[in-house]
Amino acid sequence: MGLLDYFRSTRQPTASIAKERLQILVAHERSERNKPDYLPMLQKELLEVIRKYVNVDQDAISVTMEQDDKREILELNIILPDDSQRKKPKRA
Amino acid sequence: MARIIVVTSGKGGVGKTTTSAALAMGLALKGHRTAVIDFDVGLRNLDLIMGCERRVVYDFVNVINGEATLNQALIKDKRCDKLFILPASQTRDKESLTVEGVGKVLEDLSKDFEYIVCDSPAGIEKGATLAMYYADDAIVVTNPEVSSVRDSDRMLGILSSKSRRAELGDEPIKEYLLLTRYCPQRVKLGEMLSVEDVQDILSLHLLGVIPESKAVLTASNAGIPVILDDKSDAGQAFSDVVRRYLGEHVTHRFIELEKKGLFNRLFGG
Ligand SMILES: Nc1ncnc2c1ncn2[C@@H]1O[C@H](COP(=O)(O)OP(=O)(O)OP(=O)(O)O)[C@@H](O)[C@H]1O
Ligand SMILES: [Mg+2]
Repeated sequence: MGLLDYFRSTRQPTASIAKERLQILVAHERSERNKPDYLPMLQKELLEVIRKYVNVDQDAISVTMEQDDKREILELNIILPDDSQRKKPKRA
Repeated sequence: MARIIVVTSGKGGVGKTTTSAALAMGLALKGHRTAVIDFDVGLRNLDLIMGCERRVVYDFVNVINGEATLNQALIKDKRCDKLFILPASQTRDKESLTVEGVGKVLEDLSKDFEYIVCDSPAGIEKGATLAMYYADDAIVVTNPEVSSVRDSDRMLGILSSKSRRAELGDEPIKEYLLLTRYCPQRVKLGEMLSVEDVQDILSLHLLGVIPESKAVLTASNAGIPVILDDKSDAGQAFSDVVRRYLGEHVTHRFIELEKKGLFNRLFGG
């Protein structure tokens, strides 16, 4: 039985499926387009700085920007490696 | 100064030209000098829907290139002397439109029109972005269907970032939702997104709902903007839209299933 037959036979309202899919998609696309265009550069430079001190992977860092009515939140996420792989930070 | 209204959608075939023709005619019938411009260069159609296709001599691109004056290119509507049509070129491509050229034509039109309605082509390329660039108001024509709603949201993003108002940091373009080809029956069966569903997703001010209607094809067959068919549901829905746009408070119609007599149920549209 195909997916369409399934919808027909159970008469599940497809409009509610459409709405749910759209809500997820539109929220995602909006957050993508509100990203400032300096984010990739920022991410790259931050990674370089962090790598001076800690041996992190290329993809260990993520930068996201979120926005609500009142404020913008810049979120920086760094996954640190286990103790064994860490470089010793230079101390003055 | 004229108010510039863009009728846009992203997705093709949702009812922009039908809406542009009806809205322009409606505004003109209310006594406002109105010009309606076809931005669909290469695929002009507004002239057909307006019923003036045999009177096209010069077009929008001719005016931009200085090959004709605005007065030579504007076609005066035979039914309403406040309404003028500026047809698109059939032979050129979108590249003939430039920001400066379009700006100059709109500026000249602004001197003696109250409203300028810009019928946008589908897509997000030059014709569509230029149609909205100078807009004061945007009517986002949307069908209750996933791809149309998604494309409308993309257009909202472009309206708020790539328009002249956005670039100058002026007050943003006023955005209105026009839901077209609506079938209350199918909404009731859960087969079609409802007005509320679409509003929940797009969060726009609802200008009106145009029902799916046989009158639209009949009107386009004859080259008569459907708003002139005041017996039809779509014609009445467009009249409401014009009144709402002009600031009147008009209750929304054609959203609920109307109770019909047996005769209508059997033979009606
Ligand atoms: N409310 C309606 N009821 C029934 N048919 C409609 C309705 N609105 C539009 N149509 C039909 O849909 C088709 C497309 O309409 P229209 O040309 O206005 O769309 P458009 O958005 O301008 O298209 P394009 O993107 O190609 O410019 C036409 O055949 C028209 O008759
Ligand atoms: Mg069109």
